[in-house]
Amino acid sequence: MEAKVSEILQRYEPEQSSIIAILQDIQEAYGYLPREILAQVAEELNIPLSRVLSLATFFRAFSLKPKGKHPIHVCMGTACHVRGAQLVLEKFERELGIKTGETSEDLSFSLDAVRCVGCCGLAPVVMAGEEVHGKVSQMKVPGIIKKYKK
Amino acid sequence: MEDKLTSTRHRLHLMVCAGTACVSNRSFEIKEALEREIKKQGLAEEVLVVTTGCNGFCERGPLLVVQPGNIFYQQLTLKDIPHLVEEHFLKGRPVEKLMYKPPEGKKPIPVLNEIDFFKKQVLIALRNRGLIDPEKIEDYIARDGYQALVKALTQMTPEEIIEEIKKSGLRGRGGAGFPTGLKWEFVRLASTSNGGLKFVVCNGDEGDPGAFMDRSILEADPHSVIEGMVIGAKAIGAQQGYVYIRNEYPLALKRLTLALQEAREYGLLGENILGTGFNFDIKVARGAGAFVCGEETALLASIEGRLGEPRPRPPYPAQRGLYGHPTCINNVETWANVPVIVSRGADWFSKIGTKTSKGTKVFSLVGKINNTGLVEVPMGITLREIIFEIGGGIPGGKEFKAVQTGGPSGGCIPKEKLDLPIDYESLTEAGSMMGSGGMVVMDEDTCMVDVAKYFLSFTQDESCGKCTPCREGTKAMLDILDRITKGEGTEEDLQLLEDLAVSIKETALCGLGKTAPNPVLTTLRYFRDEYLTHIRDKKCPAHVCRDLNVYTIDEKTCLEVGHGCDVCRRNCVSEAIIGEKNQPHRIVQEKCIKCGVCYDVCKFGAVKVE
Ligand SMILES: Cc1cc2nc3c(=O)[nH]c(=O)nc-3n(C[C@H](O)[C@H](O)[C@H](O)COP(=O)(O)O)c2cc1C
Ligand code: SF4
Ligand code: SF4
Ligand code: FES
Ligand code: FES
Repeated sequence: MEAKVSEILQRYEPEQSSIIAILQDIQEAYGYLPREILAQVAEELNIPLSRVLSLATFFRAFSLKPKGKHPIHVCMGTACHVRGAQLVLEKFERELGIKTGETSEDLSFSLDAVRCVGCCGLAPVVMAGEEVHGKVSQMKVPGIIKKYKK
Repeated sequence: MEDKLTSTRHRLHLMVCAGTACVSNRSFEIKEALEREIKKQGLAEEVLVVTTGCNGFCERGPLLVVQPGNIFYQQLTLKDIPHLVEEHFLKGRPVEKLMYKPPEGKKPIPVLNEIDFFKKQVLIALRNRGLIDPEKIEDYIARDGYQALVKALTQMTPEEIIEEIKKSGLRGRGGAGFPTGLKWEFVRLASTSNGGLKFVVCNGDEGDPGAFMDRSILEADPHSVIEGMVIGAKAIGAQQGYVYIRNEYPLALKRLTLALQEAREYGLLGENILGTGFNFDIKVARGAGAFVCGEETALLASIEGRLGEPRPRPPYPAQRGLYGHPTCINNVETWANVPVIVSRGADWFSKIGTKTSKGTKVFSLVGKINNTGLVEVPMGITLREIIFEIGGGIPGGKEFKAVQTGGPSGGCIPKEKLDLPIDYESLTEAGSMMGSGGMVVMDEDTCMVDVAKYFLSFTQDESCGKCTPCREGTKAMLDILDRITKGEGTEEDLQLLEDLAVSIKETALCGLGKTAPNPVLTTLRYFRDEYLTHIRDKKCPAHVCRDLNVYTIDEKTCLEVGHGCDVCRRNCVSEAIIGEKNQPHRIVQEKCIKCGVCYDVCKFGAVKVE
């Protein structure tokens, strides 16, 4: 087993209630949930792989596919929606050449919609990795992408 | 109040806001710059820089409040700092140009509590906001923190605690408004055949997309929630607690984890709390991004490591909750109110508010409003006071149209009801609900059909899919709304929407499905005309429904006023605009994707939308 995985498993009691926290740590460490690692986790906690997979698809925080190096999250919460977030999201789709939920071929960017990141006062909000960009308009989108390219 | 803090050796305390919004506006860099300048001016012994949680006025961030004196500085940039430190903190001359200026008036307002946004607020749940460093338990204690816990554990019986909470009239702040004391009593009296265990849980899932009060409390004052939970645990006889935190809230998670550790070190949590022999500890569970997990039975399933799907109630969690044991679930804000009620007494608390709804409520005031942010107001205040006095009205001279409360489960309230004194009952009567405290203001440029569609697509997307009315019914409603916003709707569709809404409300399993039709029903009730304009005239009066928009360029204005500036053509991603510099421009409709960029970039008003 990879050292990273066993280190994560050691943080928790080996029981079913730990599964979501473990998946979260794996998602954080790898940027997604690699299938072979899920199989190891299932075995370690002694639960069927099918259950682990159903949890991994039920919760939005998990992804079974790799994400881009710079994950872009466009907030589609109410405050952002009424201030034009849909147009911002579509601008990102056009500029990056990918649809919402997809990752660019060179794995540099992925694009997702999220529901409220809690900075509604700055709507519309875009998160690039951990960084929050507030009061984003369509016009600001190319500049944000440029900042992370290369 | 402020005296306690400033009684230490420092002459001035600079409270730098480190809530999420201010942090994203680089408040930590501001903090470092302040510390550097203060050192440079030789003031390190006299002036202390402190980081606090969210002050609520995020739009004006990054913020700094100077204590004593409550002097409010806003929208600071790094280059303001040297001047500010020299003028105010060295020479004692506050800097006017960094203060808040009201929209109409010219004179800046130096003192925080004289600013309209703060003036009418009454702080109970947010009592420590801006006044303490959330990462220092000493700050919380210095503001009488954990006094209520001492009182509850050493001077009160569990029955007396419950009686006090019942008498206060406190009701749940997470949605339904169930009386908190009564819920505690149910859990206390619930039989514990299997093992005698009981649990308390704090619901910090905050699913309403557009609301952030729970986040703010956890980030700004985590100990207020911990103290409330320990008191609750004592009252109902629980040994273990959980705080369930929404996945998107890393800062809240960090501060709460730290606070739990500090509380244990101080003997306020864990074994033998305050030497009274009472044992109780709290674990943190992270949500994983599913709205339905805010529903109590789904939340408990997800703590147990199972799929976050609701189950039918009864049995309620108070009877059979976590791992089958009686469990008391309350919302973050509900817990944060508890210590104040215990220390100041039920009589004091119940004097605030209306007949049926006591105390205050925190609202997240967002959308088309001048002062966006978090506000805590007494129950019974009118919508007009919140929106026009605290919120400063609608930006850009636009007209107010509606306010949406209660998130995806709530509804839109029109301007005829602005003088409604708000409490649980009055909002429900208006077709909306209190919900967790989201308040989204809409102006003439907001399309009510689009808003209804937005919320329905949210609930449709978040439906766990377990029951058919919610899964299929909301889908059918969404299809109809989609047709209407494309100009393909019929008048019969409105009846169909209403019929579907009623049947979903009656048959869905959990609150998500039962309330999902509310946004559609209230907009149909108050804004039927707008639906009809979409259907009959195939027009969206607010120009939001894009399929109905047509962009054109007024060639005369383009040539004579804008001199064919060409900016629109260069910005159009779809190459839909033709024209040369200094010549009139024109839009080729077949190519236009209706993104509206040309409308935004034309400085001469030559681009029209219909
Ligand atoms: C779909 C759905 C989502 C909910 N989301 C939340 C939430 O995000 N936060 C919350 O405190 N309560 C939420 N609730 C209400 C909880 O089920 C529960 O009633 C509440 O946490 C009880 O606490 P209170 O009495 O202090 O309000 C939700 C309910 C439903 C049906
Ligand atoms: S109402 Fe919706 S969310 Fe609730 S149980 Fe049914 S399908 Fe799931
Ligand atoms: S609306 Fe967009 S696509 Fe259409 S002409 Fe204007 S800029 Fe081009
Ligand atoms: S709605 Fe976008 S940050 Fe809250
Ligand atoms: S984060 Fe600073 S005021 Fe809200």
